[in-house]
Amino acid sequence: MVWIRFILIQNRAGKTRLAKWYMQFDDDEKQKLIEEVHAVVTVRDAKHTNFVEFRNFKIIYRRYAGLYFCICVDVNDNNLAYLEAIHNFVEVLNEYFHNVCELDLVFNFYKVTVVDEMFLAGEIRETSQTKVLKQLLMLQSLE
Amino acid sequence: MPAVSKGDGMRGLAVFISDIRNCKSKEAEIKRINKELANIRSKFKGDKALDGYSKKKYVCKLLFIFLLGHDIDFGHMEAVNLLSSNKYTEKQIGYLFISVLVNSNSELIRLINNAIKNDLASRNPTFMCLALHCIANVGSREMGEAFAADIPRILVAGDSMDSVKQSAALCLLRLYKASPDLVPMGEWTARVVHLLNDQHMGVVTAAVSLITCLCKKNPDDFKTCVSLAVSRLSRIVSSASTDLQDYTYYFVPAPWLSVKLLRLLQCYPPPEDAAVKGRLVECLETVLNKAQEPPKSKKVQHSNAKNAILFETISLIIHYDSEPNLLVRACNQLGQFLQHRETNLRYLALESMCTLASSEFSHEAVKTHIDTVINALKTERDVSVRQRAADLLYAMCDRSNAKQIVSEMLRYLETADYAIREEIVLKVAILAEKYAVDYSWYVDTILNLIRIAGDYVSEEVWYRVLQIVTNRDDVQGYAAKTVFEALQAPACHENMVKVGGYILGEFGNLIAGDPRSSPPVQFSLLHSKFHLCSVATRALLLSTYIKFINLFPETKATIQGVLRAGSQLRNADVELQQRAVEYLTLSSVASTDVLATVLEEMPPFPERESSILAKLKRKKGPGAGSALDDSRRDPSSHDINGGVEPTPSTVSTPSPSADLLGLRAAPPPAAPPAPSGAGNLLVDVFSDSPAAQPGLGPSPEEAFLSPGPEDIGPPIPEADELLNKFVCRNNGVLFENQLLQIGVKSEFRQNLGRMYLFYGNKTSVQFQNFSPTVVHPGDLQTQLAVQTKRVASQVDGGAQVQQVLNIECLRDFLTPPLLSVRFRYGGAPQSLTLKLPVTINKFFQPTEMAAQDFFQRWKQLSLPQQEAQKIFKANHPMDAEVTKAKLLGFGSALLDNVDPNPENFVGAGIIQTKALQVGCLLRLEPNAQAQVQWSEERGEGMQSVGGQAPQPVCGTLSRQQQQQPPWPQLQRHQPPSCAWLLSPQHQVAGSGYLGPVDGLFCFLLWLPWL
Repeated sequence: MVWIRFILIQNRAGKTRLAKWYMQFDDDEKQKLIEEVHAVVTVRDAKHTNFVEFRNFKIIYRRYAGLYFCICVDVNDNNLAYLEAIHNFVEVLNEYFHNVCELDLVFNFYKVTVVDEMFLAGEIRETSQTKVLKQLLMLQSLE
Repeated sequence: MPAVSKGDGMRGLAVFISDIRNCKSKEAEIKRINKELANIRSKFKGDKALDGYSKKKYVCKLLFIFLLGHDIDFGHMEAVNLLSSNKYTEKQIGYLFISVLVNSNSELIRLINNAIKNDLASRNPTFMCLALHCIANVGSREMGEAFAADIPRILVAGDSMDSVKQSAALCLLRLYKASPDLVPMGEWTARVVHLLNDQHMGVVTAAVSLITCLCKKNPDDFKTCVSLAVSRLSRIVSSASTDLQDYTYYFVPAPWLSVKLLRLLQCYPPPEDAAVKGRLVECLETVLNKAQEPPKSKKVQHSNAKNAILFETISLIIHYDSEPNLLVRACNQLGQFLQHRETNLRYLALESMCTLASSEFSHEAVKTHIDTVINALKTERDVSVRQRAADLLYAMCDRSNAKQIVSEMLRYLETADYAIREEIVLKVAILAEKYAVDYSWYVDTILNLIRIAGDYVSEEVWYRVLQIVTNRDDVQGYAAKTVFEALQAPACHENMVKVGGYILGEFGNLIAGDPRSSPPVQFSLLHSKFHLCSVATRALLLSTYIKFINLFPETKATIQGVLRAGSQLRNADVELQQRAVEYLTLSSVASTDVLATVLEEMPPFPERESSILAKLKRKKGPGAGSALDDSRRDPSSHDINGGVEPTPSTVSTPSPSADLLGLRAAPPPAAPPAPSGAGNLLVDVFSDSPAAQPGLGPSPEEAFLSPGPEDIGPPIPEADELLNKFVCRNNGVLFENQLLQIGVKSEFRQNLGRMYLFYGNKTSVQFQNFSPTVVHPGDLQTQLAVQTKRVASQVDGGAQVQQVLNIECLRDFLTPPLLSVRFRYGGAPQSLTLKLPVTINKFFQPTEMAAQDFFQRWKQLSLPQQEAQKIFKANHPMDAEVTKAKLLGFGSALLDNVDPNPENFVGAGIIQTKALQVGCLLRLEPNAQAQVQWSEERGEGMQSVGGQAPQPVCGTLSRQQQQQPPWPQLQRHQPPSCAWLLSPQHQVAGSGYLGPVDGLFCFLLWLPWL
């Protein structure tokens, strides 16, 4: 069965800006995964692929300024589909926060529901930016 | 502070976050947090009821503190209160808090579930989605129990909003993955399939994921999804780039939905309905056509989205493996990508082509790209891309290009990254063996491997070259000459010394005629390496020396001098000391004839087919030679490398093996020559590793991190097969997977045994809570006593721990004890249950007996319960030598000149248990025409003879019916034992000790070479 194991957004220093776990992990294990992902991703440069093997899985990642957006999936899953899913998500964040920057994620950490609109239970839930943004604006207007 | 500008910002929270960010030190941060915690606690405890906004703000602060890595032990109740707020923002924070900080406090769970239930029933889509997302994020069994029945209803209800349906589908998916038993199948399933037709593409996107997951377990129930998926796909693929509006991504219509639909179709074989199939093939062709069209945008997003669909389409084409035209087109398309400027595309093309290479339709097309791939191996900057190139070369290799590929890989090895050297070494070794046309090329290749990357040449690889040289007399002289030359290099790898030592010890005589490699030269060359080598290598060299004494009598005095030296005879290492002492004694006391027999050339190694390759061949038919079984997922496991075609017997020269005790007789008849194609002649060393990567857990989730069952689980499926390998031998690898290797070394004497288990951690990570235990199922407790010593609970990465088991057979037993191994690897509990290789025949002691005694006793044992007969088909060519070796390994003495028919085998022995001893007689009558063996055993209970060494016990067998003999039980398991001993898995030659280990000469039957 194919699904996303976790989504991580980290900065270059390894600080986690967002983490969604789609499997049961205990806290120690989460911390270890965060460190390992940081270690494998940050050593790679622009000439490398956006994919890296990770334990029995693979990480699809893309770097935006100082942030690494990483998705961990099964080895036989579709690399490019997830790579563009990351970009699609980033475009939504950018629109929602009007030129998103790392600080937006720090101060609005409780708005991770944005992720749930697009990814749920380790699957892609919605891909239309228009629909997601409409929903987010609607939620924003609620008290 | 950008956040504060937002309308719903919580000012206090933003200030707090800023404060934390401004803290100069960890201490300052902790101080600030503690201050805040005290503040929040006092607010929560205060008399004044907090309003919703304040509650939300404080709960949010607690959450932030938790996310910084601090423990939070209060505030849960306030968070749960927020769930019942009717304000979205408050509810949302409440749900967020419990999703992140859910604990199993039963009181709270009840309240939480209650709130969720209310929201699910609220008909407010926003609240329903919040509740569904919470269930999906937590995904616990408790939530499954509470809601699994409700969610299908919400999913298919006519009045559910689209966004609710989307969330419900995925929420259900999560619950189904976590606990499939909780999700009831029912009439809703049919309606779920029809969601593929839904107007709303978002609903379809979510529903496809759910259906894909459900149909994997119940393919028949969801069959109708195939035609629906095809028509949906067809509509998307044929739509213009703007038709789908919201769902068009950089001019590509619905890329993610297309990928998901293509993946769903990969759960099924090609559609049977011709119309559906035609429509699907049209879709696949359209995708391939579009790949050739000029891009509609220069953005990478456009090409990525387009190619995501293309790669998934190719996966489906490969999955069907039935459309030659599409396969070749796919291959050509990937060929273009091999030289694309995007590294991602080159990587993916190499990866995808690897699977195309295994299809008979596209194998040739893949081969045309060999030069590009070799170039990639040399020039790619990203090691993972080079690795894919190596995989592809391996996959496209066949007889026509083997030499080129092997030599390129060898060249690459000189500069290859450390991370992939071992893998390349294995690949080269397999290819060299699989496609060897002449064996000198094979020998050269392996020796080159050792020269270039000796550290990465695992034991299996160099054992294998020895086996092949031993089994092929036409290459022995060449091998001797080549190793002799290789050893002359000033610095040569220790593995080279091992191979050289072994080969010269066996075949040094073939080059001794040349004065440049005369016996004394050979000896001094080897001995010049001796002192720098490890204990294991020195032990091997000592065996070479004693072999030299036999091969070259003129070296005897020199070698005895070496053996006699204090550094050997009093070596601190017992193995070296023992070898020196025993070899020295042997060389002085044994006559030349005895020496010649004992130190005879090694007999050919038995042939085994690689189980994995056989499986692959059955599935794919001929042409599947280029293996899909690339080892990149786990470079450390060797069992994937089954690389050999099925092997008829390869015995090239009958080799009468050493036989001191007169137990083995005539040499085996020369086997019929193998069919043409030299590659066929090789056997597979890699099948020695037992199971093909038995995973520790059944599901992918467990493979990552599995909660261990509380009780010891049932033995792994391969347990019986693994056990069978040890019926006739005492040493070897009992189990191996990616994490762990378990080796066994055991010795048995009378009714006692000692077993050493070696647990090797194959990873680089420490195993924790490591605890192997032995369990006696059923009545075994009263039949077999096993004492175990505890082992350390941590096993460092790469380390091995040893456990000693003392075993006493109290009475006869049927089932072996179980070995349960548990540990934590990377935080994940692992558990594994095996059958311990202790079978009744381990306590079987051989007994010699004359012909007339035998038949007299045979006739006496005539009651039905004293006899067991079984006729079975031989799985192997019935080779007399092999059969004898197996019977001996089984524990019985072989009696010559007893049966009037020389084809038959006759054996006798005593099963030793504490309570009593049981004499057993055995006859095996092979029927070569019918390939049938008929075996019969008779035995009888008798009283213990007081701990004396077994006199010819069978000779004193007299029926003592008053003492109930245990034969009825024995009868039940003897027939299977007979079957085991002739089953094909057994390997007998070269495995070390036979019989009790008490004398000097016992082990000389086969020298413990390796």
